[in-house]
Amino acid sequence: MAVGASDLLGGVRAINIGLAGFAEPIAAAGGAVLNLDWRPPAGADRELGLILARLEDDPDDPIGAVVAEGNRQALERILGAGPVLVGVEPAGSVIPGLAGRTLLHSGPPIAWERMCGPMRGAIIGAILFEGWAVDPAAAEKMADSGDMAFDSCHHHGAVGPMAGIVSPSMPVVVVENGAGGNRAFATLNEGLGKVLRFGAYDESVLARLRWFRDEFGPVLGRTLAATGPLDLKSITAQALQMGDEGHNRNVAATSLLVRSLAPALVRVAPGQAEAVLDFLRGNDHFFLNLSMAACKATLDAAHGIRGSTVVTAMSRNGVEFGVRLSGTGDTWFTAPVGVPDGLYFPGYGPDDANPDLGDSAITETCGIGGFAMAAAPAIVRFVGGTASDALNFTREMYRITLERNPAFALPPLGFAGTPTGIDARRVVESGVQPVINTGIAHKLPGVGQIGAGIARAPLDCFADALRGLAAELGVPGAA
Amino acid sequence: MSVVRQRIFRNAYRDSVELMRIASEIERLPGVDRAGLVMATPANLAILIEAGLAEGLDPGAGPNDLVVAVAADADAAQHAMERAAELMRSVAAEAPGAEDRVAAATIAEGVSELSEPNLALISTPGTYASAEALKALKRGMHVFLFSDNVPIEDEVELKALGLRKGLLVMGPDCGTAILDGVPLGFANAVRRGNVGLIGASGTGLQQVTCLLDALGAGVSQAIGVGGRDLHQEVGGAMMLAALDRLVADPGTAVVVLISKPPAPEVATRILDAAARAPKPVVINFLGGDPDAIRSAGSHPAATFEEAALLAARLAGIDAALPAEGAAGDSASAAAEGLVPGQTSIVGLFSGGSLAGEAKVVLGGMDAGLGPHTIIDLGDDEYTVGRPHPMIDPRLRSEKIEAVGADPTAAVILLDIVLGYASHPDPAGALIPALAAARAAKAKAGRGLAVVASVCGTEADPQGLTRQRATLADAGVLVATSNARAAQLAGEIARRASLVEVPR
Repeated sequence: MAVGASDLLGGVRAINIGLAGFAEPIAAAGGAVLNLDWRPPAGADRELGLILARLEDDPDDPIGAVVAEGNRQALERILGAGPVLVGVEPAGSVIPGLAGRTLLHSGPPIAWERMCGPMRGAIIGAILFEGWAVDPAAAEKMADSGDMAFDSCHHHGAVGPMAGIVSPSMPVVVVENGAGGNRAFATLNEGLGKVLRFGAYDESVLARLRWFRDEFGPVLGRTLAATGPLDLKSITAQALQMGDEGHNRNVAATSLLVRSLAPALVRVAPGQAEAVLDFLRGNDHFFLNLSMAACKATLDAAHGIRGSTVVTAMSRNGVEFGVRLSGTGDTWFTAPVGVPDGLYFPGYGPDDANPDLGDSAITETCGIGGFAMAAAPAIVRFVGGTASDALNFTREMYRITLERNPAFALPPLGFAGTPTGIDARRVVESGVQPVINTGIAHKLPGVGQIGAGIARAPLDCFADALRGLAAELGVPGAA
Repeated sequence: MSVVRQRIFRNAYRDSVELMRIASEIERLPGVDRAGLVMATPANLAILIEAGLAEGLDPGAGPNDLVVAVAADADAAQHAMERAAELMRSVAAEAPGAEDRVAAATIAEGVSELSEPNLALISTPGTYASAEALKALKRGMHVFLFSDNVPIEDEVELKALGLRKGLLVMGPDCGTAILDGVPLGFANAVRRGNVGLIGASGTGLQQVTCLLDALGAGVSQAIGVGGRDLHQEVGGAMMLAALDRLVADPGTAVVVLISKPPAPEVATRILDAAARAPKPVVINFLGGDPDAIRSAGSHPAATFEEAALLAARLAGIDAALPAEGAAGDSASAAAEGLVPGQTSIVGLFSGGSLAGEAKVVLGGMDAGLGPHTIIDLGDDEYTVGRPHPMIDPRLRSEKIEAVGADPTAAVILLDIVLGYASHPDPAGALIPALAAARAAKAKAGRGLAVVASVCGTEADPQGLTRQRATLADAGVLVATSNARAAQLAGEIARRASLVEVPR
């Protein structure tokens, strides 16, 4: 460099987007340069790409500033959430708006006529369980008649795995986000085999639901009253270091939960403790519903913040996949849902599978489940993957999230935090689809789980959600 | 004198193993006696009391709160607290192994790999370029926008945003720049010096910087602004902004502005700004009115060569460009091989501004000149679906060969542009086509003159001398500048026309 030469930029530090050959001369002249592995963003949709650019953070720009601030707040609330299990109560007594002949279901709202087999089966079962009809034919007629109401769990602070049916008499876990904070609810997990959430409604299913209502639920409620609120965030944090990912593998968290409850349980319900503990022993997935309620309480706290592109719900009703963003309020953005990629139990295959179903993707929305796959290499074996594939799933999810949650450390990644705060902008820009660990339901009601695997969220709903947010913020070209 | 201090992080769960590890690190800090990091459960609080770390602890700390407690010298305590917070943050942010890192695919990902980038080079298809430029500007980066086919309304918006943020938007359709001695796009290896240039024409900038180099002068900054910057709609936004920068730049003594003639209002604005500049400003508005420039107090230059000569002189370097021999002699010799009817010039250019300059030079010669065709092969109509002729010589080779079948063609006029990103041997690549054109002409009993200039420097990857020699060896008349090449081609054509005078 000649004497007296001055610098305009104080040294070039360039990002090269496009022709890779432009990078070499910069480096040769002493500049710093990074070549992007660029491809047309947003599925090569120019208009969407521009909307995306206009939604980027920018403190000097009215739209960019609102988005940046919205996301900062949303993230602060997600990371600052402290979900605790405070009780087990009948759904009708605690869930707002669950009154009369109303049933809640998983996923975005859907009418009876359009519901998939397992969801219809579960609804028939719930009607029978509530005693609103005497036999399946009458139950079906009632569902069809309009004499009863259906609504999405998510509209009531609730979440349910698979069909996700919640009826007023079912006991639900009550999770509070910190003392006096927002609440979330989930039913008790029934275990595997013939269960309501997969659409089964025979006598064994109904008998279990009655036992939940009359004994299991009340006993759990009394036990919790004795132990005091249980910190679910801490259980999840520990379980992530023990091979769980909080969605499809819950054996560690379930064990930790049982260990916490057992002494008080034996004390408050000596006559029922054995049956309760035996049921819990046989249900590795019992914590799933608590994990989901904890995630729901966490994300609801971050919901409804103007401008925020953070995803606060991903859910499936077996027909559609739906997402909600913090900044777009209660609108669902939906796309058709596909069949997960996975392994099947003997005798079943993809032709038997129902398209993906359930609210359990709330765990991925919160940064665990598929996003924490690095913690649970066992899961990737469902798709024939290796332990390093598990790490790569989590690494890939860092590309579409805003933060790493320091509360949820992943030992295989050097104790890096879980990928947290899905940013719809990053999803649409990169085309990286959120990964979801999931069970696979048979498409006919009552057969139950026939496999497990990994699904990807469809991109279209994220694109539509961003368009919706952009329109709300008055982004040019997004009307 | 040891004190006990605590800090409470509300609602901040950490695994106990991690907390113990951080505590042990804090205890190793000078001046620290003991440190404890715990979630404030009753059991853990009892441990803190036992360890003498609970003195004065806020009784409001609960099981979801993380307590950092130290017993340390007063000065060390504060530092220990900060270090603990830092360690907690760094653990959560720990990156996966570099060997497993996915290549950054977006600007958002790029900024996490290259810290504090200050420039984005964008050469994507034009359809996507505006969005990338917008993202780069929002992140505070200057933009070098090589892409073409960007709508003008996007350009207006991007430049307005750049002005608001104090950032340069070089382009769209910006071929070249040299910032802080770093070449961007198609640029030549020129020495650094005190002449600052701003150009709305890429090869114009290249020609002037190369000629400055040949004169022994150097370049402080060369800022491209894109071919439409001085259009009415854009209003010269970036030329004005760049002029402000060069005026403020202590490394720039002389400023050169290069453009096609701007829209009249824009010209006025530019000339006013140049008049206010406390530095001499040389202006080449190719084919524009020199009087307006002169009366505004700036220095008009009719050609790129003149701009370079003026700027070098104003920068204190009074040198001349090397002569290539008497143009008249070369012209006569070249014209001798031509036969009656061969009167026209076919200019086949890879540089749009060089083509423009050739037109201006030929247009300025007297009316006795025969017809001529000057084609810019870098124009959009020729580059759809194929690389620019500065990279890919095939289209120009085809056009050269076609001249062999044109009975009226007397002279082929070429520009050879060297530099980074250009073809590794642009002169050599055209030789086979030139030979074929000559052979076809000879077969028909005609001659063919070929005139070229090489825009480049000795330090360019292709080497100025080597490229000139390649051309000269093939019988091409090589001029020192594009303007001189055009002049020479004109002389040859004029002489050829004289051959046709009634016998």
